[in-house]
Amino acid sequence: MADIRMRVNGSIEKLDVEPRVSLLDALREHLGLTGTKKGCDQGACGACTVLVDGERISSCLALAVQYADRDITTIEGVSDPLQESFVRHDGLQCGYCTPGQICSALGMLAEHAAGMASAVTEHVADEEIELTAEEIRERMSGNLCRCGSYNGIVAAIQESAGSAR
Amino acid sequence: MKDFAYLTAHDVPTAVRAITTPGAKFLGGGTNLVDLMRQNIERPDTVIDITQLPLDQIEELPDGGLRIGAMVRNSRLAAHRLIRTRYPVLAQAILAGASGQLRNMATVGGNVLQRTRCPYFADLAARCNKREQGSGCDAIGGFNRNAAIFGASEHCVATHPSDMCVALAALDAIIELESVRGTRRLPLVGFHMLPGDSPQHETAIAPDELITAIELPDLPAAARSRYRKVRDRSSYAFALVSVAAATEVRNGVITEARLALGGVAARPWRAHEAERVLLGAPATEDSFLRAAEAELTAAVPLSQNGFKIELAKRAITATLRQLHVEGSAA
Repeated sequence: MADIRMRVNGSIEKLDVEPRVSLLDALREHLGLTGTKKGCDQGACGACTVLVDGERISSCLALAVQYADRDITTIEGVSDPLQESFVRHDGLQCGYCTPGQICSALGMLAEHAAGMASAVTEHVADEEIELTAEEIRERMSGNLCRCGSYNGIVAAIQESAGSAR
Repeated sequence: MKDFAYLTAHDVPTAVRAITTPGAKFLGGGTNLVDLMRQNIERPDTVIDITQLPLDQIEELPDGGLRIGAMVRNSRLAAHRLIRTRYPVLAQAILAGASGQLRNMATVGGNVLQRTRCPYFADLAARCNKREQGSGCDAIGGFNRNAAIFGASEHCVATHPSDMCVALAALDAIIELESVRGTRRLPLVGFHMLPGDSPQHETAIAPDELITAIELPDLPAAARSRYRKVRDRSSYAFALVSVAAATEVRNGVITEARLALGGVAARPWRAHEAERVLLGAPATEDSFLRAAEAELTAAVPLSQNGFKIELAKRAITATLRQLHVEGSAA
């Protein structure tokens, strides 16, 4: 067992976990933060996306011990106009992928604001990249939605990105 | 997942000493190793976290090249100004792989050492010589549309899944390895082994070695480069075929040509035959076609992946055409 500490949604949490426990299971089973969802448990669906020091990662492929002393944000710690945009644009049906979609979108918007390109950016050296629907779809491709709410998700993110952020 | 001992290495000497423990494995971003451990395909007794090593810098070398620390995350490498301007093919290749979440986790060293995504390798109920030496290969007579068309053997037809490595192969990158025995530098081209009769032997790395850095040579032609990836869906999927290309054209004649293919072999496939045809040839559609034909002559299809031969030809010519007409991806 390993005694670790991490900051989760602003508060310091102490955890006593085996090294094989994923960050996802540590959040859900040890800290009771069940907002973060387990979809595929193999890094293919994005339902488990959380923010670590502001960057999005798949928490199912992360060992909790590797993230000791880091700053984790889960959906329970998010309060952002993007969430209202998701409601307004029907960016969900069953809602299971939504916490991952929201966390991923927040990470993605920060990446875009930092000037990062994507696989559909015509010139990768450009740092002023317009966040078109095509760019959003590519940058969010790590988050699957079995209900197929993609049009709503893209619209919600586009609206949120367009407003003052 | 099997339980294991866990330790964090904060410096390279500690890491390379720790890896001499039998059953020890280095852990980078975890995007491949943790997945394989959960499926009991990898069963280390000791896991050494190397993400705290001071190998997270991207530095310019005195000779004009770049030195990339092995712990640099894929997303940071793709976002780096010098990569985007001097080696756009590398930025494009990285961005074509995995997802935003995984690129934020994955390290450069781990990307090089990632295992094949052949479905039979990942299925403990199937036979796989790579996973269990001598057990056989269920891919050869099975679902093989993703399998290799170059350099495969009767023992293994798996492909290397990396996009990044295809660009690194075209750029003649160097891999720096460290162990208690010292430092070695190996070209990335040839670092990944063809399967032969020992497909479990995947790279030239020794069990006690750590990748510490990747070096890119100073290569002016790389500023005019592109990566093209063809896959079953438009994002977040492994390549059926991919092409990394860099060219230099003077007075209509190709004076420098770097070409590598992904999704076609157990290694990123440097297209030497195509390069030979291109060098000194006019930068025309006819030359691009002849280069593609020359490279694919040696391709050997299985029952379901013959389409890759035509696909690779078209992907090569399309990439060269785009590079010639539209110019660099930078």
